[in-house]
Amino acid sequence: MSVQMRLEDLGFSYNGTRQIFSDISFEVNSGEIVCLLGPNGIGKTTLLTCMAKLREPNEGRVLINGEDVANLSTKDVARVIGYVPQTLLPSFDFTVLDYVVTGSAPWLGTFEKPKAEHYDRAEQALIQLEIEHLRDKAYTRISTGELQQVSIARAIAQQSRLILMDEPTAHLDHGNQIKVLRIVKDLAAQGYGIVLTTHNPDQVLLLEAMVAVFDRQALFHFGNWQDILTEKLLSELYGVEMRLIEVEGIQRKICVAPKL
Amino acid sequence: MKTKQDSVNNQYRQWLWLLSLLLFFGVLLSLSLGRYSNDPSKVLNVLFSRLGANVNVDPAMESIIFNVRLPRILASVMIGAMLSLSGAVYQSVFRNPLVSPDLLGVSSGAAVGAAGAILLGAGLITRQLFAFIGGMTAVLITSLVPRILRNRSNMMLVLSGIIVGGFLSSVLAIMKFVAEEQTELSSIVFWQMGSLSSILGRELLAILPIFLICSSLLLLLSWRINILAFGDLEARTLGVNVRQVRSIVIICASLLTASAVSISGTIGWIGLVVPHLGRLIVGSDNTRTMPLAILIGALFMLLIDTLARTVSNVEVPLSILTGFVGAPLYAFLLYKQKTRLE
Repeated sequence: MSVQMRLEDLGFSYNGTRQIFSDISFEVNSGEIVCLLGPNGIGKTTLLTCMAKLREPNEGRVLINGEDVANLSTKDVARVIGYVPQTLLPSFDFTVLDYVVTGSAPWLGTFEKPKAEHYDRAEQALIQLEIEHLRDKAYTRISTGELQQVSIARAIAQQSRLILMDEPTAHLDHGNQIKVLRIVKDLAAQGYGIVLTTHNPDQVLLLEAMVAVFDRQALFHFGNWQDILTEKLLSELYGVEMRLIEVEGIQRKICVAPKL
Repeated sequence: MKTKQDSVNNQYRQWLWLLSLLLFFGVLLSLSLGRYSNDPSKVLNVLFSRLGANVNVDPAMESIIFNVRLPRILASVMIGAMLSLSGAVYQSVFRNPLVSPDLLGVSSGAAVGAAGAILLGAGLITRQLFAFIGGMTAVLITSLVPRILRNRSNMMLVLSGIIVGGFLSSVLAIMKFVAEEQTELSSIVFWQMGSLSSILGRELLAILPIFLICSSLLLLLSWRINILAFGDLEARTLGVNVRQVRSIVIICASLLTASAVSISGTIGWIGLVVPHLGRLIVGSDNTRTMPLAILIGALFMLLIDTLARTVSNVEVPLSILTGFVGAPLYAFLLYKQKTRLE
């Protein structure tokens, strides 16, 4: 089942006074990864929440498979779009399985409870991410890296074909960052469409992803990383000198700062 | 791989059975205890004769059982269940295990209502009605404040509850201040400590529909309440209509608390402690914790009220006993949770 999301001239402002962004247009298709880059506070998370119908844009529209999100119920949207938030704030020690099975909510009526098939689906999601050993653990007592994977597992159990991730690698150590990026790559290979925000431009190169950039003037650029990511743009974006270097041995370019 | 989940399920079922049995025999035992007679065989005779058996029955005993003890016992069971269930629900919805069902001002509102009725010299029924209206009005005002301030977050609702509760306790203080010391003041104080000594069958019938409807709705929504416990953002990304579900849940839980408090007066601790006990036994999943909280709460209240009417020659106010039992129990539960964390 392929899925396509298109943003047309999207704009958002809080209370109509401060325009956070406007004229955002791009597309995500099945099997594609889009990385959202930009300095802090520029509106990356806001854009992501607009895409997931968690916030209402004041300009333009979001289309899923050609249909305007504004005309879809939040439940219908949740069947297509999974959202992996930046931080989970656990308050009770639910088990990991109890958490992941909440992904079946958009497929159940208000008074329904998940049945065996939904628990099976949740377990499949854990197996797919090779974290089935966490199943019965309290999700308050696993590491942040594990929590991130569990949160992705929930999006998979949700059966949504588009997954939006808000800084999935923040707060993770380097090994876990790579692990999560590999999951992202695998999911795209299986036909999921993925949009993620990140502070690390090198992840774009690692994922060979499409890239959407807010620069410091809040201007928006979108395209293949080869076309968009230049040393000039990156240096301006982060306010320090940035270099793109082809490294032999690993067959890819890397994005780094020169010697201090 | 199924083993652990299955064993939790089995454990849960065993607990349900065990608690139901305990409750059944607890009710029988409590029926046999009292000032008039402590003879279980007489009680059984009365019950069997009602079921059609041909046995010798003490008519005074029969009257006491059906007009005095049974209504009171059923009321204690129901009130325990109501307060515990709404406590479990409040804790989940407000994502805070330290919350009790009077967070939004139900108890202070009910107290002001009851005190008002007492000052007006009204009878018992009016007092209960006033308490119920007072409790629900307080919740209504609490839920209006975030709307007026245009901030509908959970935190704003909690703060609003503190504001309304604080204001109402001042109102109550004024009422106590102007009350006649010997009669009115002592009535207000006694009401605030909770008692089921004057309960009658008709009061049971009055709150029974609320109990049945609200509890069923909450049990049906128990899994959605799980989702609310993960936070608003999480719930909304799952397509849950957070505002709608949360409103229904808060209204049901408040109705339960208000109707319980209106006939018994305020009873502390139970709504706070029992949900913890439930979670300690079967974990945080509300689809299991909520039914368990109902049974544990019913049993707990049955025990407390039976003690209240038998332990001395005078009626002991319920809050005194719930505090004596509940506070150490809460300390024990926190200790258990701490050791589980390590």
